Amino acid sequence: MKRSTAIIALSAGIALGSLMTTTAFAAELAIVAGATGKSIEMLRTQLDAFEAKSGHKVSIVTMPSSTTDQFGQYKLWLAAENADIDIYRTDVIWAPQLAKHLVDLTQATKDVVGDHFDAIIESQTVNGKLVALPLFTDAPALYYRKDLLEKHGAKVPASWAELASTAKLIQDKERSAGNSGIHGFVFQGNAYEGLTCDALEWVKSNGGGQIVEPDGTISINNPRAAEALTMAASWIGTISPKGVLAYQEEDARGVWQTGNAVFMRNWPYAYALGNSADSAVKGKFDVATLPVGKSGDSSAATLGGWNLAVSKYSKHQEAAIELVKYLGSTEVQKQNALLLSNLPTIKSLYDDADIKSQQPVIPRWKSVFLNAVPRPSAPTKRSYNEVSKEFWTAVHNTLSGNGTAEKNLAKLEARLIRLKGDGWK
Amino acid sequence: MVSGLSSMPTQSRLSNQRTRSAWLFLTPMLLILAAVAAWPLFRTIYFSFTDARLDGMDEAQWVGILNYLEYVDYGDGDGEYFGLLADEQWWMSVWNTLKFSFVSVFFETIFGVIVALVLNVNFKGRGLVRAAVLIPWAIPTIVSAKMWAWMLHDQFGILNDILLNLHLIAEPVAWTATPDTAMVAVLIVDIWKTTPFMALLILAGLQMVPGDVYEAARIDGVHPVKVFFKVTLPLIKPAVLVAVIFRALDALRVFDLIYVLTPNSEKTRTMSVFAQENLFQFDKFAYGSAASTLLFLIIAIITIAYMKIVGLNFDEER
Repeated sequence: MKRSTAIIALSAGIALGSLMTTTAFAAELAIVAGATGKSIEMLRTQLDAFEAKSGHKVSIVTMPSSTTDQFGQYKLWLAAENADIDIYRTDVIWAPQLAKHLVDLTQATKDVVGDHFDAIIESQTVNGKLVALPLFTDAPALYYRKDLLEKHGAKVPASWAELASTAKLIQDKERSAGNSGIHGFVFQGNAYEGLTCDALEWVKSNGGGQIVEPDGTISINNPRAAEALTMAASWIGTISPKGVLAYQEEDARGVWQTGNAVFMRNWPYAYALGNSADSAVKGKFDVATLPVGKSGDSSAATLGGWNLAVSKYSKHQEAAIELVKYLGSTEVQKQNALLLSNLPTIKSLYDDADIKSQQPVIPRWKSVFLNAVPRPSAPTKRSYNEVSKEFWTAVHNTLSGNGTAEKNLAKLEARLIRLKGDGWK
Repeated sequence: MVSGLSSMPTQSRLSNQRTRSAWLFLTPMLLILAAVAAWPLFRTIYFSFTDARLDGMDEAQWVGILNYLEYVDYGDGDGEYFGLLADEQWWMSVWNTLKFSFVSVFFETIFGVIVALVLNVNFKGRGLVRAAVLIPWAIPTIVSAKMWAWMLHDQFGILNDILLNLHLIAEPVAWTATPDTAMVAVLIVDIWKTTPFMALLILAGLQMVPGDVYEAARIDGVHPVKVFFKVTLPLIKPAVLVAVIFRALDALRVFDLIYVLTPNSEKTRTMSVFAQENLFQFDKFAYGSAASTLLFLIIAIITIAYMKIVGLNFDEER
């Protein structure tokens, strides 16, 4: 009797002990993310909250904000089966290219995927496998200076031609009034993924297709696309500084937020930063949808967005999934919406009263991102990066006066046909 | 004959012994070299003959020279060449690299000689100046590239600010925006960064020049310029030639400055950038390996040709 009690007590002790070790098991996780604006500071505070709640430790590995730079590094780490990074913050276009290295989240996120927009979940699903959980979505806006437009009696431009003439008008008037540093329009003109986004918008909103159509056809060499690029080339040195050919998002925002631009094309994150205390344009600007090519065309916004993926080579996959679910949760997405003006991927947040009152732009942007144009990352599969590079090279050449749009697009088409071979792989 | 025969075995035994111990001492270094240099090089060359992808290297299949050259017959008597040797973007990047290397090494050598001559003169605080001159070279390239990128920025850059305030330019110059000015910017930064390295190597050569040669020249009343060209330059020539080859080897594989400071355009892309893009950005690991292999061959050929032309011989006893 005594002996059996002892055994029971012992086994109970072991059971309790093993239970305690599983609950108290603390993993050390590493998340890698590109730094844009205040996103890293914000992430840190959210991770602190997660650490307090879960007992895990999380460190951030910071990367440059350029998605092109990030991708090269991540691909290398994943190919080397690096176990040091558990969670990757991934761009919306990467899913097909990295799927092989990422944990299938379908089972683990069953309970929450229904809260997200179907199209966004769809974009992160490769061969029936959910490779990343959406963190926020992105669709760019035309930022404009309310005060300057009012002062010069101009209205918000509906077409690119109107944008160019309004920008020129205000820029010239402001400059002759002594504001010598002002520019009409800034955007992302550096030769990198960002230029692919910007140029896709010019081409698409002018009825020039979307480089490679969803069925895999190469459509870029057409007169309307050439017209759009010729128009953009005419901005350089007139309404846009020549330096725009080296700008990424943060450079454009730098010019804008110091009050030196009338118009800017940028993602929603610049909205909260533009209204921060040290901003020269605080309260002086608003956003509109991007202009169209001609009246009758529809505005095109490139679909962006960032997601969280768990590496297959992580030694703490369960803890990592726990963190991904936490960062993708309604609570955290709401925080990001309120403080960083990131567009949530959770449907219910677009009806949230706090978001409506503090970041009114977000509910307004729901229709914009729902109609956003995806880059051709799905049809071109593993060749997407090269397709994108060929496209931005052709655009950058055109913008810097290195050959006409027609010539560069014909060359681009030839290169894409060669790349495609007998089908996109 | 007799003495030769009798002394040979002992000499040979001694030299055999010496050879053995030499090999013994060399073995660790050779093993390490084989592991960190020969093996990766061999792997790269091997991958260039396969269809390897970055995330499936074990499944790589031998494809022969397809990555280098392939003729695709369209079946109607028409056809086209594919592969690295037929890739105009590759040859463009080779040309960019050669241009960059020639111009940067040319200016670095001239400035290096000048700086070395100045530092060779005895003056107060020479040690401090020598240390200070080395600072640009001590900063990691990626850091100085980023630093210069900000200084050259068309809106926030200090360089434009200074030039504007001096009324030398009417409006800010966008240095890194267009391929032409970007290459100039890269050259400026590279020359700024590596002139100290050249100066240091040439200074070492200068200090080997015996002082009595100068004394003799001074007594004979030879003009200093003539002294430089007739005495100093011939004597430091070996040091300069070695410094040039070191720099050229470095310049031919330039990556970081180009990557940070220029738009990713075919007008500025160098061989290393081309290889990196194909290896890691695109899904073309084998093609990138082929580019790396050609890069290696091109550098090797240039080095050998240079050594032959200038008569540089590392085995020669000096």
